[in-house]
Amino acid sequence: MRAACWEGKSKIKVEKVPDPTILNDRDAIVRITSTAICGSDLHIYSGFIPTMRRGDILGHEFMGEVVEVGSGVGNLRVGDRVVVPFPIACGACNACRNEAYSICENSNPNAAVAEKLMGHSPAGIFGYSHMLGGFAGGQAEYVRVPFADVGPFKVEDDLTDEQVLFLTDIFPTGFMGAEMCDIKGGETIAVWGAGPVGQFAVASAYLLGAERVIAIDRFEYRLAYARKAGAETLNYEDVDVLEALREMTGGRGPDAVIDAVGMEAHHAVGAVHAYDRGKQMARQEFDRPHALREAILAVRNGGTVSVVGVYGGFVDKFPMHAVINRSLTIKAGQCHVHRYLRPLYDRIRNGDIDPSFVISHRMRLSDTPEGYRIFRDKLDECNKIVLTP
Amino acid sequence: MSRSPDSRGAPRLARALGVASLGLGAAQLAMPRRVAKAAGVDDSPAAHPVILAVGARELLHAAGLLGSKKRRGTWATTRVLGDAMDLAVLGVALRGRSGARRRRTTLATAAVAGITALDVVATVKERRAGRVAGGPQSFAATITVNKPRQEVYRFWRQLSNLPSFMTHLESVEATGAGRSRWTATGPAGKKVTWDAEVTDDTPGRAIAWRSVPGATAPNSGVVRFADAPGDRGTEVRVELTVEVPGGVVGRAVALLFGENPEQQVRDDLRRFKQVMETGEVLRSDGTPEGTRAGRMLTQNVAQPAGVR
Repeated sequence: MRAACWEGKSKIKVEKVPDPTILNDRDAIVRITSTAICGSDLHIYSGFIPTMRRGDILGHEFMGEVVEVGSGVGNLRVGDRVVVPFPIACGACNACRNEAYSICENSNPNAAVAEKLMGHSPAGIFGYSHMLGGFAGGQAEYVRVPFADVGPFKVEDDLTDEQVLFLTDIFPTGFMGAEMCDIKGGETIAVWGAGPVGQFAVASAYLLGAERVIAIDRFEYRLAYARKAGAETLNYEDVDVLEALREMTGGRGPDAVIDAVGMEAHHAVGAVHAYDRGKQMARQEFDRPHALREAILAVRNGGTVSVVGVYGGFVDKFPMHAVINRSLTIKAGQCHVHRYLRPLYDRIRNGDIDPSFVISHRMRLSDTPEGYRIFRDKLDECNKIVLTP
Repeated sequence: MSRSPDSRGAPRLARALGVASLGLGAAQLAMPRRVAKAAGVDDSPAAHPVILAVGARELLHAAGLLGSKKRRGTWATTRVLGDAMDLAVLGVALRGRSGARRRRTTLATAAVAGITALDVVATVKERRAGRVAGGPQSFAATITVNKPRQEVYRFWRQLSNLPSFMTHLESVEATGAGRSRWTATGPAGKKVTWDAEVTDDTPGRAIAWRSVPGATAPNSGVVRFADAPGDRGTEVRVELTVEVPGGVVGRAVALLFGENPEQQVRDDLRRFKQVMETGEVLRSDGTPEGTRAGRMLTQNVAQPAGVR
């Protein structure tokens, strides 16, 4: 089959590789019909995710048709149309029983490596480094899906791929970002990063009853997407974000803030950006946490900081004094996608939301390298790329 | 968690490194320009002072390693830190160089990397020598399994189940009267067999075993089962003791229990949890044989292997 392989920093190649096979009884093989490039794939592309190896197949947002099932998979049949959550989860450990699927205790064969860096290991993830399992990803024609009796979610034929594909990651991720804000009604929520996850966070915050949502980015076209989802917007290259947010909230600050940016943030002040960029290049610091720092400073006293942006290691200059002295709550997590599949699928079916609004580009799998380039460099107003084999 | 009294050769290695420090430091102070040329950095004005500083540092190390016996572990540790500095400096130097200079810098980097490896070994040996006095090696590891205690106990008690999660074991067969025959695959695929007996069997609580006299690598172990608080399943704790006989043969046999036996016990337990909770040892394209920490550096690429 053909698959998009990581061949080093800023280098993706579509290569011919062997077809996947059943390795465990609970596996299924899925023929990919649609897959997408995620913002978090760009961290790999930029070389910031440790334990990648040349040749690793990328991609964790994919859906398709079941073409083979292992003997231990009772609930799927060949021909079923499924979306597949990006975290791999066994369904049986304590974490899974508590619906915390992205911290499944059994799905990372390389847990020992993750433990060294993080203390304990999270779940394995498709196409996302060896520290997170060494699983081949889904930017390919076929993919092997472990624990296929737990992850894949059957979708009906009258919904298009583009409507349901983002259930695999970014829609639930944005939704969980909003959910962690503990919205009860009437809140003002600020979202850093108006990329697709930020756009879904904006839409989800409204679905959950927020009064106002403010999106922060530097790309006008992305802010336009956020406005389509109902947000007020701030371009941090034009305004002082902290000042603007104080102004917009009667001096209180937003009730909760969402970091939908992660480790490769930019800073309006060149010198600050250069400081963290330099440390990151020297591997003195893995992440550039500008958005997170600013979000912490912006949130109101007693507010909640919800982090769904991806980080790869240690951060510097973390304003812990603000967290303790102002009684802030930090909530974070890779999305427990499985938990949200049914409720969000129902919302799509009801017509509450049509996630395909984020798509800006439709490309072929063979164009994946070009896709990564324009997505990273924000060329051609690139917002979200869907690939078909 | 582990005690590994592997201190043989520690003082010798540390002394040898001390002599090496003396030689290198003297050379760097006496003829910095030749050192710069050898390392391919003679084009940089910064090279001269850096080499002098490193030379002084090396002489300090030599004094430490050759002088005080007590502090040798500390000096070996600071050598590792020094190596890290050198590697960083050479890394920067590599970036800006090409051609013959780059080749020389690469060679110098490789040499320092080799020395770093020796320094790490020396540090570990010195530290272990300082702590433990010898005797059998013991290892322990623990994990929580989300299954009732009796069920977890029963699975383990059926000793023929052990190879399903202890990858170095090929088979365990009951031979009657509380005895069993264990077969393991050792280094270079060589099979090793020994007999063991269950010395304690407290249903639902603990199982202890030991090899019967005559085993090439006498070993014993105990696994204990306890309820995890708040209905979180069962806490499983394994303690393993391996008597390492002397000589080359003993060394090879000890490898049965892995290059890093403690990590192996942890891996075994992780697979045990997977088998108990999910019914299988999860494989990935990078790790097709399932979790095995020792393979981390030599993983397959994350793409299908193409074998059925």
